[in-house]
Amino acid sequence: MNLSSLIDTPSELTNPANNNTAIVLMTRVRLARNLAGYPFPGWAKAAQRDEILARSRAAVTGTRQLANGLAIAIGELSELERLILVERHLISRELSGAKGGAGVVISRDQSFSVMLNEEDHLRIQVLRAGFNLKKAWAAIDGLDSTLEEHLDYAFSRKLGYLTACPTNLGTAMRASAMMHLPALVISNQMEKIVRAVNQLGMVVRGLFGEGSDASGSIFQISNQTTLGEAEEEIINRLGNVLRSIVEHELNARAKLLEADAEKLHDKIGRAYGILQNGHLLSSSEALNLLSLLRLGIDLGAFPDQNRVVIDRLLIETQPGHLQYAQKGEFEPGQRDVLRAARLRAEFARFGRPDFKLAPGENN
Amino acid sequence: MFPAGTPLNHSMANPLKCDLCSKPATVHLTQIVNNKVHKVDLCEACAQAKGVTDPSGFSLADLLLKASLNPDGTGAAGLRCERCGFTQAEFKKQGRFGCPACYDSFLGLVEPMLENMHSGVAHTGKVPTRALERKSLYDRLTKLELDLTEAIKSERYEDAARARDEINQVKQTFNPDSAR
Repeated sequence: MNLSSLIDTPSELTNPANNNTAIVLMTRVRLARNLAGYPFPGWAKAAQRDEILARSRAAVTGTRQLANGLAIAIGELSELERLILVERHLISRELSGAKGGAGVVISRDQSFSVMLNEEDHLRIQVLRAGFNLKKAWAAIDGLDSTLEEHLDYAFSRKLGYLTACPTNLGTAMRASAMMHLPALVISNQMEKIVRAVNQLGMVVRGLFGEGSDASGSIFQISNQTTLGEAEEEIINRLGNVLRSIVEHELNARAKLLEADAEKLHDKIGRAYGILQNGHLLSSSEALNLLSLLRLGIDLGAFPDQNRVVIDRLLIETQPGHLQYAQKGEFEPGQRDVLRAARLRAEFARFGRPDFKLAPGENN
Repeated sequence: MFPAGTPLNHSMANPLKCDLCSKPATVHLTQIVNNKVHKVDLCEACAQAKGVTDPSGFSLADLLLKASLNPDGTGAAGLRCERCGFTQAEFKKQGRFGCPACYDSFLGLVEPMLENMHSGVAHTGKVPTRALERKSLYDRLTKLELDLTEAIKSERYEDAARARDEINQVKQTFNPDSAR
């Protein structure tokens, strides 16, 4: 399997099988693992990195989950191809900048990916559309146990899985959910939410992780601590936090509709107008407009099945995907033209909003 | 940030230094995570650089990690991992370790950090059972082989025979997955 066929294959993220993605777009669980007896990637010599890569890659591609996947060295990928994998959340920015001896194995449906020689020897990831923390944990637990039959992990009874950075010790697990929270953003409640979530030991980040902004009202919420609690406890605690955020978002939506429905409908209607007729759209503006249309779908102004179109466009209007589809490299200014053209074409067939369909109803 | 009446353990004559660069600190942060109070003092430049003013992009854990690496305490400075040669100075620079054995070499440095960083100091989660089984078998084998050599050297042939039998037994247990 090569990268272009992977990009063209329907994925968990661009074509979610389940429709339960209204507020929680996707759930991810990531485990950091290292091989005993080798230095961590950042301190390993080139020959050691190659050896670690070869051993882990053989074990990973030997599993049922990743046997038919794409196994590739980062050095073999063009800059554009790396960017596409970052935009699909399949590799991190850090791995995309790796020099030698780094790789990734990605399953055909892109629900599993294993980064090799990123900050740790293995970074195993499972990605599921919608709110599926427990299923994601079960899936990654299974893959990890299979890998452990063939790889000697660095582990200490007291400190758990040993990782390059002590902030990941213990379970070395980061569980996260990507949430669409437009009403909390519109009603200026996000800061309050971030503070409350922090106090519960969870972290809030933008769409593309550390340091990224919150364009499109999309946030990632994940556990901050990894040592001292079992995986299931962390998953349960995160799940409770997520459910409570969903509730707050739904309340905020109800309040916005109650206070001034016209104002909200106006925002959504204008977003629709710009997406249908704009000629210059930056990545960040496109995200914000798509976010408003997504909210319109949740409010019943557009048919439910359009949500998958929006979710696909959230990815496909990112710079990497846009340039890949156009088969070339373009300056940011040219990209804004291409992005707007792409969105005009998509939204030409997109029916007008009808706010009478299901007034104030949301899921 | 400090409620009135909170005793401050520094006086105006001796202003707090920035935890990152030791310039005078003007930004004092208190955050409660998992019922633990975390305090950080920063100068304006570091506060800006670390994005402290932006609540969404700011991780106190990372800051605390860096802050706790300040070599206030002497003695521990200049530690070095026997296994991989990684030094304490290197850790201070990168915030990451060199190899798994560094956690033994730098345990005294790591342990106090964990309390601030995590919700506990001991692992209670998943255990790689198979890998640990293999390790304990391997350790047993190494010890038995040592016993065997010793026994032969001191002409204790009965002990040697026993060690050899046990070695064969352990090797057989190994076999099912030594095909890898």
